[in-house]
Amino acid sequence: MQSDGMMETLWPYLFIAIAGWLATDIWRWLGVLLGNRISEDSVWLIWVRSVATALVAAVVARLILFPTGVLEATPVSLRIAAVATGFVVFLIARQKIFAGILTAEAVLLGGIYLMQI
Amino acid sequence: MSTQPSFRQRPWFLLGMRGIFSIPALVLTSAVVGFCGFAYEAGISYGQAVFMMGIIWALPAQFVLIGAILAGASLPAAALAVTLSSMRLMPMVAALVPEIRTKSTPTWVLLVVSHFVAVTSWVFTMERLDRVPREGRVAFFTGFGLTLTTVNIVVVSVSYGVISHLPAMIGGALFFLTPIYFLTSIWASARGLEVYLAMVIGLVLGPAFHMADEELGLLYAGIIGGTLAFFLERLIAARRRAKSAV
Repeated sequence: MQSDGMMETLWPYLFIAIAGWLATDIWRWLGVLLGNRISEDSVWLIWVRSVATALVAAVVARLILFPTGVLEATPVSLRIAAVATGFVVFLIARQKIFAGILTAEAVLLGGIYLMQI
Repeated sequence: MSTQPSFRQRPWFLLGMRGIFSIPALVLTSAVVGFCGFAYEAGISYGQAVFMMGIIWALPAQFVLIGAILAGASLPAAALAVTLSSMRLMPMVAALVPEIRTKSTPTWVLLVVSHFVAVTSWVFTMERLDRVPREGRVAFFTGFGLTLTTVNIVVVSVSYGVISHLPAMIGGALFFLTPIYFLTSIWASARGLEVYLAMVIGLVLGPAFHMADEELGLLYAGIIGGTLAFFLERLIAARRRAKSAV
């Protein structure tokens, strides 16, 4: 009986370790093995960097267009307007990241307030 | 060189640690607070939430895993969903490794520190690499990655259960920090034309492929978009070379 209780406590952690940790770190390890074969000035590095950047950009677009949680209740046009304004201000402000973030947040929160969501 | 490598590397480790007081670290920490609220609402226990934060160390994978647990997915199904979302880490690590290793960096060291690679630490390090001499880069990255991971494990253990009392609007604002931060910081840190191209193409292809295939869409967008950006960059670079030759 006691070992059953033990298993019940441990099982979620084992689940997280296999489905979370192993499923994630395997790609990090493969990345090391792949990256070890690429020299810094090779054309392959440019390709790998392009793919990595495009992937992150796709994640960003997904976070904006298909968010989960509270943001789901906000209109997609507001989210796009907030990010676009933030990005333009970032460019104008000589690529100051903080300026872009503050602007995007201000537009988002202002929009939420005005629309009474 | 008369100085020992360990002496030369120490300040770079400390400088990396200091990165915890930076906008990227602040943004990630806010996102982690958002994760806490999600985990709490989903019924993930305190210990499991803390464990997840440290051992997975990739917020999208953590959200996917909790989603799978909520849906009552089996272990293989949950692992498959998580592994699909984590595949993007491979090209990121592969792009980072040639920039930080030296000829004498042992592979096992890279395998160990690769655990700290997630979008924030990747963007942060890529942005600052040219200010760090090659022999200090692994130390710099490790200093930042280790500190960032440790601090955020502490953040989860402190803010779990507290966040559920915050108004929804603040949760939304915290969540929104991540996309605008990634967008601006990658743009600011780009050192080659291919990064700008890949960024724009990825932003367009991401949602398009997402609607076609929710699970693999991200990967398609990365591989196809990245390859497209790569060839465009090659084309433009060749044109420029041809022009300067004339």
